[in-house]
Amino acid sequence: MTFDDFLLAFFSLEIVGQAWPILWTGLQQTLLLSAIVVPLGVGGGMLLALLSTVRHRLVRWPLMVWVDFFRAVPPLVLLIFVYAGLPFAGLEVSAIGAVAIGFFLNTGAYYGEILRAGIESVPAGQMEAARSTGLTRWQTMRYVVLPQAVRNVLPDLISNTLEVVKLTSIASVVALPELLFQARQAQSVTYNATPIVAAAVVYFLLLWPVVRLLSRLENRQLAGRR
Amino acid sequence: MAQTPPIVAAHGIHKHFGTLHVLKGVDLMVAERELVFVIGPSGSGKSTLLRCLNRLEEPSSGSITVDGIDMLSRSTDINAARQRVGMVFQSFNLYPHMTALGNVALALRKVQGKSRAEAEARARAALDRVHLADRAGHFPGQLSGGQQQRVAIARAIALEPRVMLFDEPTSALDPELVGGVLAAMRELREDGMTMVVVSHEMGFAKAAADRVVFMADGLVVEQGPPAELFGAPRHERTRAFLGQIERH
Amino acid sequence: MTGLDRFLDSFFNLRVAVEYLPKIIDGFWLTILLAFCIILSGLAAGLALAVLRSLGIRPVNWLIIFVVDLFRALPPLVIIVLLYFGLPAAGLSISGFASAWLSLALVLMAFSEEIFWAGITAVPRGQWEAARSTGLTFAATLGHVVLPQAVRMVVPPLTNRTIAITKGTALASVVAVPEILGAAQAGVSFSFNPTPLTLGALAYVVLFFPVVILGRWIETRFAWKR
Repeated sequence: MTFDDFLLAFFSLEIVGQAWPILWTGLQQTLLLSAIVVPLGVGGGMLLALLSTVRHRLVRWPLMVWVDFFRAVPPLVLLIFVYAGLPFAGLEVSAIGAVAIGFFLNTGAYYGEILRAGIESVPAGQMEAARSTGLTRWQTMRYVVLPQAVRNVLPDLISNTLEVVKLTSIASVVALPELLFQARQAQSVTYNATPIVAAAVVYFLLLWPVVRLLSRLENRQLAGRR
Repeated sequence: MAQTPPIVAAHGIHKHFGTLHVLKGVDLMVAERELVFVIGPSGSGKSTLLRCLNRLEEPSSGSITVDGIDMLSRSTDINAARQRVGMVFQSFNLYPHMTALGNVALALRKVQGKSRAEAEARARAALDRVHLADRAGHFPGQLSGGQQQRVAIARAIALEPRVMLFDEPTSALDPELVGGVLAAMRELREDGMTMVVVSHEMGFAKAAADRVVFMADGLVVEQGPPAELFGAPRHERTRAFLGQIERH
Repeated sequence: MTGLDRFLDSFFNLRVAVEYLPKIIDGFWLTILLAFCIILSGLAAGLALAVLRSLGIRPVNWLIIFVVDLFRALPPLVIIVLLYFGLPAAGLSISGFASAWLSLALVLMAFSEEIFWAGITAVPRGQWEAARSTGLTFAATLGHVVLPQAVRMVVPPLTNRTIAITKGTALASVVAVPEILGAAQAGVSFSFNPTPLTLGALAYVVLFFPVVILGRWIETRFAWKR
């Protein structure tokens, strides 16, 4: 194989031109999907984190099992289970519905753990000071604890969000026409690997700034802990 | 003394932490405009007693009324009741994500339901009382420890409490910063605020307190005017404690 | 049939379960093998890159940072698909197992390099100076003084990241590797019953639940000294 053959197989500009309209709709779907599943996961995680502040045994243990269970099951397994399994129970779910349910359960558990750690990182004195001025439990959470909690775990939240956006690529397995799915479609039409390389480049350009930002935040965090 | 009913009346307060018996039946009465100083060795239960008064700690048994409100009753709106009891903590506990003004205004807005403008006007007035009006826009991290503690005092007095609790307000401060906080407390006293202070500032106690309560091992050992308690303590335990303090 | 009967017959069908259990168990061992390969090679490569980076050769470090960023930004499934469907176009055929192994090992390499490197830079300068002042070489200082401290510091984040990436073994089902999920999906399409999926999910729980709990334990055990 000559170098020209290699270029033709992986980096053909002609193919990129042909495949771009398909890839573009895929990118839009990926962004749309992210805009759905990230808030869903954060919302679910917030719910779990708030529940974890309830000290009662009957809340604590089921919550821990819930979180660890959904952290133990790989997201793709969960997605397939919801998508391919639920119809057998008489529940038809669309691909996007299955993705929404799977991501809510999986990423919710991860966001939940991060936010819980954030809440626990706020000193007890903050809670006491707020309660001593007459704020209710909920107001204390809302105005005093959560803003600090979120700030304390911001790098982890961003890092998890990066993982969630990357994870939307598994929606291709249930034929949701996001970026990876579209790239594979284009590949099967053109018999050329270029569309997949192009998709990879798009992912990289999209997410590289986030990776850079995280790298800096993480280094600062580690330095701050010394 | 007994013409007016006491503002704070705590009777037979017990507190257990697991197997630890921290308060063993403490009574504490505080009259209007009185400054009561609570002293005692660490572990004597004085901070726990203070925290029971606004129910940050739940007493195991006993009764507490503040300004006629039964603090321990299930039917009492504890958040409304806490408005009448201001508290200042050893570690300030200012909210680090809010400015000094934001710290003071939060409860005014969210608990008393005041508009932002009104809450901030009151917050400014409270900061002015501790001479920090010019620091309203600063975040806690930009203030010295003494200034932070004065903001914490402003946060409490802005709610116009009937009584103020001070839990070792100067122990976390460098010596040169203690003066400003004590001055703010003295001004409060001159304005007629009822105060309960847990502290090791014996000089301040001698100069400003109406009554000093000595606690040890979860009990009130003795109490009286500062001149009496410091000058002629009746109990061996009190003498030992004061002797130790003097040597420092 | 009542709803519950139908549900049980679908998801917990004993006959189907007995029939497909051996396949799932084969998949279970294959998942473990794949995970083992990924962890071993990924962590080793990550540590090697971190050590290489500590030599401080500018162009080399830029290259390392770029490679690390690349594999942090790309979704693992995209890498797997790219290797599996793309390499044949270059005349290199690669098995599904190998493409999953290589892809996830590269991802783990990238993440673990970042974590190891953060650990190395977090060891105080004085440790280097003290060791070098007693005549230890650069290599001996790194090996005997710095790395032991760095590794201990990074155990919790490394454990969590390793678990998360290892769960990606389920992605291998997309490139026809009969690991747990692949075996389960094949079972579903042969039996027209989702019970194999239930078995698959259970197999993952059996595999990863202890690992998640272990991660939790390690997190508290090696907690950062604040």
